[in-house]
Parts: sequence; structure tokens; C-alpha cells
Amino acid sequence: MAESTWQLTEMQLDPTSEVMSLQMGPSHPATHGTIKFWLKLDGEKILNCDVEIGYLHRGFEKMCEQRTWNHVVPYTDRLNYISPLINNVGFALAAEKLLDLEVPERCQYIRMIMSEISRMTDHFTCLGMAAAEAGALSVAFYALEARETLFDIVTAVTGARLTVSYTRVGGVTQDLPEGFAERVRGAFTDIRQVMSDCDKLLSKNRIFIERMSGVGAIPADDVVSYGVTGPLLRACGVAYDVRKAQPYLFYDRMEFTVPTGTQGDNYDRFSVRFEEIRQSIRIIEQGLEQMRPGPVRVDDPRITLPQKKDVYGNIEGLMNHFKLVIEGVRIPKGDIYQAVEGANGELGFYLVSDGSGRPYRVRVRPPCFFGMAALGQMLKGCLISDIITTFGMINMIGGECDR
Amino acid sequence: MPDTGLLSKIEAAFPGKILEHHSSYGYDVITLNRDDAFAIFATLRDHPDFAFSLLSDLTAIDFLGQEPRFELVYQLYSISLNHRLQVKIRVPEDAAWAHSVSSLWKGGNWLEREVWDMFGIKFADHPDLRRILMYEEFNGHPLRKDYPVNKRQPLVEERDPITNPWPKR
Repeated sequence: MAESTWQLTEMQLDPTSEVMSLQMGPSHPATHGTIKFWLKLDGEKILNCDVEIGYLHRGFEKMCEQRTWNHVVPYTDRLNYISPLINNVGFALAAEKLLDLEVPERCQYIRMIMSEISRMTDHFTCLGMAAAEAGALSVAFYALEARETLFDIVTAVTGARLTVSYTRVGGVTQDLPEGFAERVRGAFTDIRQVMSDCDKLLSKNRIFIERMSGVGAIPADDVVSYGVTGPLLRACGVAYDVRKAQPYLFYDRMEFTVPTGTQGDNYDRFSVRFEEIRQSIRIIEQGLEQMRPGPVRVDDPRITLPQKKDVYGNIEGLMNHFKLVIEGVRIPKGDIYQAVEGANGELGFYLVSDGSGRPYRVRVRPPCFFGMAALGQMLKGCLISDIITTFGMINMIGGECDR
Repeated sequence: MPDTGLLSKIEAAFPGKILEHHSSYGYDVITLNRDDAFAIFATLRDHPDFAFSLLSDLTAIDFLGQEPRFELVYQLYSISLNHRLQVKIRVPEDAAWAHSVSSLWKGGNWLEREVWDMFGIKFADHPDLRRILMYEEFNGHPLRKDYPVNKRQPLVEERDPITNPWPKR
């Protein structure tokens, strides 16, 4: 049961035993300060790895129950803070489904495009850091440069790099800025260059391939059994992508492929993510092509805030504003599970409403939680240095995993 | 979403075992008895008509003041057949436990640890039912509705910097 205490006593009893117990993290640069590995080692070989999470638990789900529905949006930013827009969109979609609300077309396109931009930032962070941890530091700087180009666009749209809080129940906070399409297309030229540079630096790099290839693979059945989704599952050859399987927004109108791997090892995970960036670029370009001007919020005083000129200009607008801010949007009684494809896999929001302005229960299905659950099995028989690459490929984000 | 006939197939496979069922927002919801649940879960995973290979999520809801107090909510998904099912099991407060599904889905292990940690619902035959997000010394289960939101249980004693500042050099 309590393995932690057992490991300590064994170490105290026989310090010269062949099996060494080692605690790695949470204060270790590769574990983001939020993960502890209880290792049992035979030399460098890992016999057993018990993963301990929870160091970044902030009571997300408890806090959500205290606030109105729209107040939850800033909290969702702080789940996976590398791709906050996907969290925003997932939460808004779930709440709108409970309301049985159809948001305007342009809003859906904006949400889709911003989700894909977020997916790209997430993948660039993961790939760059994975390369850096394997020793290819220059790739990290190239990848972070590409990521910052995208974060600049996100800042222009939402006003913040990471804590974007862009969606509301019933729409998004504001329309895209002028010249958005040109700016994105311009950024993609740079990003394609960065990707081809990274590709040249890594794809045939012997050191990188030997660090990644054949490491951390477990059978596809086990991956599914652990509940792992996203790039980790697709690297095993299972083409499950929520965007294809159960399309939301306008993903059914987009042409894109779901890249898969064959081995399910770290190299395949890396390649799948790399290819997904290309697919995201395709989706965004099609979205920009198809998008037409129009409203970005539903026009319903029960859901969206009134115009500022009405708030300051007449009593109805002021009362409307007050009621929405203080009491919140009223969402009918019911419960809903809405899954979206997050950067690391199926990001699910399970919402329970009791009909008041506040959620009764908000549950997030964090994709990397399941990857961390599978990590112990992935690492069995690997070397200590393989922890770094495998953990990097799970792309654990503390805010999401621990909530 | 079109009617996939999933509910009628489930009704036919487990006659009399489905306490309640309905479809909402495009997916099907069934409520089970705690004692039947494990066998039904095993069939739902293995039977080719259902093939729920993925346990997407498991969580609980605390309906404080209602009887039974807790409700476990399982989200199942079939990758091969592309359908979803939500399974609910009601659990009373004085016997807050359910059968573990971690032998069917390995992901159940951590999910059930989290439900135990957050709601205090135990899982019979779970291999390793420890807390997962909170620390071992933590008292209570924070997502229960009667756990005060502002209650603090610091593992290391907190210092108020106003009343107890660092000594001046």
C-alpha cells in the first residue's frame, strides 16, 4: 500500500543492497518541479518507477463551484497554460451545449483557428524542450522563436500571452484584429522555415534518434487501457482524434489528416507532433479562407453582456449588465460531457448545472494525467536518462495534470 | 446525432439491470446498481457490439442533502465503433464504496485514487488506494460539498508576514 515508506526502510536497512531506491524530483529541472519519481534501480536500469503527482494542486474544481460560469474561464487558462485557448473553447462548448445554444459562424471559425494556433504553440514548446533535454539546444531556440511568433498573434487577439480568457459562454470577447489573416500567413512563412530547419537538425541526427527511437514504447492495447489519447496514442498507430471522430466547431468542413506512427516510441511521438503542426497550419489556412465577417457573440441579453453605450446610456442596459455580472448566466439543469482535442489528447469537460448561475460541479479530464499514469510502465527496463525523454514526450503540464 | 441503437442493445444485453436510461445532448446515459456494475463493465468492454476500450473519465458528484449522496460517473468511449456511453452509479454516504474497475481499464487505477482522494469513496479490490493529489496527512476530502472552501491545512506551518515578520538585520 504505502510504497513510499517501504522504500525508505529498505534503503535504511541495507544501504549496500543491489537494488537502489532513488527519489527523483520534485526539485529536478526535468520534472518541472511538480513530479516525483520513486525509482528502484539496478545500476542505471529502472526496475520500478512510482510516479507521484499533485504538487501543483490548487483546487481548480472546488474553486469553479464558487464562481459564475463565465468566471470559470480565467481558471481554465491555468490548466494547460501552453495552450489555454483550447481549454477556453472546451469549457465554452460544454456550457453552450447545456444551454442548447448555437454561436455565430464567425465565432466558431475564430475558436477553431485560435485552438489550432494554441495546438501549434503547445507542440513547439514540447518539441523544442524535448530536443533541448536530449542535448540539441539550438532546436529549442528555433522552436521557441516560432512559438513566440504565434504568442505575439495570440497577444494581438486576446491581449495576453498565456492567460488569455478569450471565450465567454455564447461567444468570444472580441473580434480578430485588423490584418489578422495577413499576419498569420506571414508568420506561417517563418514557421515553415523553422520547421524545415528543425527537421534537418533532428530527423537524421544519430544522437537524437538513438535517444528517442525504441524508448518508452508500450503496446497499443495498454496505451488505450491506460486511457492515454492524443499524440501518444496516435504514435502507436491508433488514429483516434476527437476532431475527426466526433467533430465539433467546423472541423468536419476542414481537410486534414491524422498522422500516426507505428512503433509508439518516443521518436514516433515526436514525429506525430511534428506532423500535427503541419496539419494545424492547413486547418488555419482553410479556416481563414472560409471565414466571413459577422457577429462573434450571440445576440441574447440573457447570455451576453450588453454594449457599453447601453450600460452607461440607459437603465435597461445597466440592469442587464449588473444581473449578468453578479448572478451569472443561468444554465438549465443537467449534466454534459464535452470532449475536445487538446494538444495532449482528449480534453474533456464534465459540467453539472443545478439551474443556478453557478456550476454545481466542473470536472476536467486532463489528458496528460493518463500519460503520467502510464509512465511507470513505459519506463520499466529503461535507463535513467530515458526518463527525461519519455517524460518530455508525455508533455506533462502541471497546471492541467494536478489542477 | 443519429440514434445508434446503443441503448436498446444494452437493454437487451442486460435485462432488468439498467435502473434508468436516457439520451441527452447526443450521448446515452445509463444508471446501474453498484453490485451489477462490475460484470456489466466487463461485458461493455469485451463484447464486440459495445467494445468500450477507453475509460475516458471517472468522477463523482456530491449531492449533499439528497439520498443517496454520491453519484459516480463513468465516461466510456469505443475507439473502434465511435460511440460514447455515460454510466452512473449511486453510492450512499454510509457505505461509500464501489467495485474497482482498474482490472478492466488500467487508467481506472489513478482515476479511482483521485475519487477516493477528493470524495472519500472507496473502491473494493483496488490494488493501491492512496491519495493522489493531496498529501497523505490531509484530513477530509476536499471536493465534498461540506468541506469548507476556505479551510487550510498546511503541511508546513504558515507564517503571517504582518504579525510575524522576519527578524530585522
